[in-house]
Amino acid sequence: MTYAADTLAQLEKDAAEILGRYPVRRSALLPLLHLVQSVDGYVSPDGIAFCATQVELTSAEVSAVATFYTQYKRRPNGEYQVGVCTNTLCAIMGGDEIWRRVSEHCGVGHDETTPDGKITLERLECNAACDYAPVMMVNWEFFDNMTPDRALRVVDDILEGRDVVPTRGSAKVAPFKEVSRVLAGFEDGRADEDQGIGEPTVVGLKVAREQGWEASK
Amino acid sequence: MTDLTPVLSATWDAEQSWKLGTYEEHGGYGALKKALGMPPADIIQAVKDSGLRGRGGAGFPTGMKWGFLPPDDGKPRYLVVNADESEPGTCKDIPTMLSAPHVLVEGVAITSFAIGCNHAFIYLRGEVVHVYRRLMQAVREAYEAGHLGKDIHGSGYDLDVTVHAGAGAYICGEETALLDSLEGRRGQPRLKPPFPAVEGLYARPTVVNNVESIASVPSIVDKGVDWFTSMGTERSKGMGLFSLSGHVNKPGQYEAPLGISLRELIDMAGGMRGGKELKFWTPGGSSTPLFTAEHLDTPLDYESVGAAGSMLGTRALQIFDETTCVVRAVTRWTEFYKHESCGKCTPCREGTFWLAQILERLEDGHGTDADIQQLLDTCDSILGRSFCALGDGATSCITSSVKLFREEYEAHVQQGGCPFDHSAAALFDYASAETAEEAHA
Repeated sequence: MTYAADTLAQLEKDAAEILGRYPVRRSALLPLLHLVQSVDGYVSPDGIAFCATQVELTSAEVSAVATFYTQYKRRPNGEYQVGVCTNTLCAIMGGDEIWRRVSEHCGVGHDETTPDGKITLERLECNAACDYAPVMMVNWEFFDNMTPDRALRVVDDILEGRDVVPTRGSAKVAPFKEVSRVLAGFEDGRADEDQGIGEPTVVGLKVAREQGWEASK
Repeated sequence: MTDLTPVLSATWDAEQSWKLGTYEEHGGYGALKKALGMPPADIIQAVKDSGLRGRGGAGFPTGMKWGFLPPDDGKPRYLVVNADESEPGTCKDIPTMLSAPHVLVEGVAITSFAIGCNHAFIYLRGEVVHVYRRLMQAVREAYEAGHLGKDIHGSGYDLDVTVHAGAGAYICGEETALLDSLEGRRGQPRLKPPFPAVEGLYARPTVVNNVESIASVPSIVDKGVDWFTSMGTERSKGMGLFSLSGHVNKPGQYEAPLGISLRELIDMAGGMRGGKELKFWTPGGSSTPLFTAEHLDTPLDYESVGAAGSMLGTRALQIFDETTCVVRAVTRWTEFYKHESCGKCTPCREGTFWLAQILERLEDGHGTDADIQQLLDTCDSILGRSFCALGDGATSCITSSVKLFREEYEAHVQQGGCPFDHSAAALFDYASAETAEEAHA
């Protein structure tokens, strides 16, 4: 391993906290892989070696797990993971066209990163926001009801170094490494940030209120 | 006319609905305090009597699942909540956890107490970071308020809850694959039996339940079995979130008694987009056989949907109007199953690969009539021969769509391409979007 001493010390401290959440050591592996992505921006050879030491497995065993999951990146990832949902419903509602235009605009395809390292593009599978189709995700925050124009604006903002704001979620999208640290199970104090409730989420509740309907007491 | 019955969704429009304070103002954690004063067996019995069935798709009676745990041997047993919501069309658990994470945390505490579990896990899919923030905060708030942790409300009962983020794999929604993943392995399903109730997480007795199932528990404890069974149909009791997406004017979450019809729901959703005709829809996600306008009045309960040839699944109602090419839709779903097949068993791994190839050439206009039969034959080799339900699910949209829309497959062959204008199905005009882009550039 070639981590600097202070980096390694912090990693070991974080890993100890992660290991403490589980009764069996190996269960810590998925959050540990998110943790090394928060330091290296991908699952690096060093990161694999670090995880292997922590969970007492071989590097080969850790690699076998890491390569199963799409969120673990085998090459340095862009600062922003931009995913356009092209599963059936989003694709039909416009996701295919959004993908075509975003990919053309960025000049990269699926699982490729722009030369400046800003954006890694992904054709997403269903992200459980079908009532907001077509949907895009940036570093795993929701960008709902997209159009090509809105999607390209988000992409341009990222490429030109401006903050981007999700439609449901935090006040601004955090970079890939920061988000990876949250996914390792470390709170970042942003849970109360909010963009207001989305209309589809409460549409049924509104109908019920208008009609005076409620589940009996 | 069926009335909507907001229970889980009742507080979603409240100010900071996700906070402990908001939840408690609406009576939250009252059910936990009540449950802690009950014999655990009575809680299990109440959930059995309520008729609550698994809200994650399979519809297995929740209380019965709890009852399968062997007698306490003094060693650990676990509750694992399946929050890996990934079935195409399904979008109910994510808004639940984003807007009201405490209803899940309270359900976890009650369920864990009932089954004698001292360490519960919530396995959340990794691709929803803000949901993870809200869940972690909710669990921390619950610890601080004494709803979790040691000697909860002086009952002598201890419970730890770990919220765990996955890393992008649809198959981890399958309960045994989820357990393997939670153990730090590749998420591949396990051979059953032994079922998780006997050998689950760390080979210990384990209950795996969906988010909405567990979130329904506090209301059953609080308001009672009679209240819960007053909603729904004969064998499908209670309320559930119906998620409308696609070509309706107001897509979204509609919480209603089981047994409501799609016709009623579309009416509440402001009708079909542009007054167009309904062409096909999924009652319970992409793994459930397609329905058409013929099934608009089918009661959306487990029995009626099953009798009509599909499955209630997760009540993921994806609505497609007459502008949609069914071959395009099915091709894309099939590519999804191919992508998500875990590779463990041959029928699913190889079968979904070949299905995607055949469908892609049909949609592109390079297919033949023989390809349509080949699709059905390949589905025959997968259905019932796969290791888990993913393979079975992959065949549903193909076999049902060929049955319902065979002439549309044939039209692709005859015309040498897709007869549909894909732009017409989108929410925006492809051409005018192009113009807007030029103006933008």
